Amino acid sequence: MASVAIGYDPFATSGTWRRSRAKVGIYAVLTLFAAWYLLPLVVVILNSFRPLPEIAANGLIGFPHGFQLNAWVRAWSQYCIGGTCAGVSPNFFNSLMLTIPATVISTAIGCINGYVLSKWRFRGSEFLFGAMTLGVFMPGQMVLLPWAFILGHIGVSNSIAGLTLIHCVQGLSFTTLFCRNYYVSVPDDLIKAARIDGAGFWRIFRKIILPLSPPILIVTIIWQFTGIWNDFLYAIVFSSGRNQPITAAIIALGTAGQNVREFDVTSAAVLIGALPPLLIYFFGGRYFVRGLTQGAIK
Amino acid sequence: MRGEAIWRTIYLYPLAVSFVVTGTVWSWLYNPTSGFEALFHGLGWTSFKFGWTSDRNLAIYLIVITGIWQSSGFAMALFLAGLRSVEQDLIKAAQIDGASMFRIYRRIIIPTIRPIFIAVMVVLLQFAIKTFDLVLALTNGGPGISTTVPAIYVYDLMFQRGQIAEGAAAAVMILLALAVVLVPYSLWTVWRRNRGVAHG
Repeated sequence: MASVAIGYDPFATSGTWRRSRAKVGIYAVLTLFAAWYLLPLVVVILNSFRPLPEIAANGLIGFPHGFQLNAWVRAWSQYCIGGTCAGVSPNFFNSLMLTIPATVISTAIGCINGYVLSKWRFRGSEFLFGAMTLGVFMPGQMVLLPWAFILGHIGVSNSIAGLTLIHCVQGLSFTTLFCRNYYVSVPDDLIKAARIDGAGFWRIFRKIILPLSPPILIVTIIWQFTGIWNDFLYAIVFSSGRNQPITAAIIALGTAGQNVREFDVTSAAVLIGALPPLLIYFFGGRYFVRGLTQGAIK
Repeated sequence: MRGEAIWRTIYLYPLAVSFVVTGTVWSWLYNPTSGFEALFHGLGWTSFKFGWTSDRNLAIYLIVITGIWQSSGFAMALFLAGLRSVEQDLIKAAQIDGASMFRIYRRIIIPTIRPIFIAVMVVLLQFAIKTFDLVLALTNGGPGISTTVPAIYVYDLMFQRGQIAEGAAAAVMILLALAVVLVPYSLWTVWRRNRGVAHG
């Protein structure tokens, strides 16, 4: 995949023996860290397939002797969380119903915002942009009360619709920032030429901006999907019981006062909750990293 | 580096996982009856003790370690991007001139990526100030109040004890703490940009 981009050899100035020793050292450190990063993932995957008596006897960290798929079935559709015994599947679908529309809407509006703020500047547009990016840093706790007020007034408290609205609006800061910074590098002359030819606001957007947008749209969509799926604060504050997204359900199941901790089922449930962002990361990792670097450096 | 893509994938995957999942799984591993302690007892080292979760002074460091586990990939991704932008010719020239690796780092590489150093620190600092779900999943603010970070405190006041006004005031305090980090940073960014313009 990625070829060796750092084109110099740090050990070129030292002898062969020293060089190979240093290489072994580097790989040893890399392996050690890799083990640390992988440990929780491996433990959870193994435990979701290990029979419960074995976990109870040997602890969580151990090589599986038996194998069972039952934990996944129970976690998905039978496990009891807070009185209802339907597994985490309702919460999983809640998260999907919330994350997909919120991602699409916030990205679409952010895209148009970015277009306006970079190509149709007006008095105070820079200030407006600055004010919008403040939302990126704003602690979630600051906006809880206003949102509680708004959701109550329009009658969508404790619902997925309410949470979707929150994420659409809160996500705008990020999506606007990403798109605006990307569109700034589109040459203004292109837009001017199109305007001279009589193209209007939407026509320029459709014919010039959108065809240039796929790279930034992919980054924004991945970023928003992961962020909204993984959100916990809004989920725990603005939803309860059957309406909770998966992150809130995972906490509920971790703190539920069972006598015997059913680590096999909870492991499977945690994995179900972590799976969509992980899949996105493994298949779109390149764009994921690009989103990180863009968000921080610009 | 051989197999760079694989190493990178391993080091960065925690970023895609939610703090809730991270906190939950690590709390199992830290738990004496199920995690590391149980592992070493099973292997025969029965005197091994790992009681940080119930130690008022040490529990906070579990959060620190787990936070590092989760977000060190972020710093790595940014530094990698930064190191790639260091001019290769400069380094080669320095090597030809006989500069040591240490000197090359101090004189060329670190000055080039200084803005990234600062950006990484600012971004991670503001994440740290806002930490909420990780603590809730890992220690739930305990033992006692030893890991009750500001965000947990606000949540507690507002939604567990119904002291809305006090909670709102505490939320503003978080904002102020963020401002201490972000205002100097934005001023510095603007100053740097202006200087860049002045120098052409």
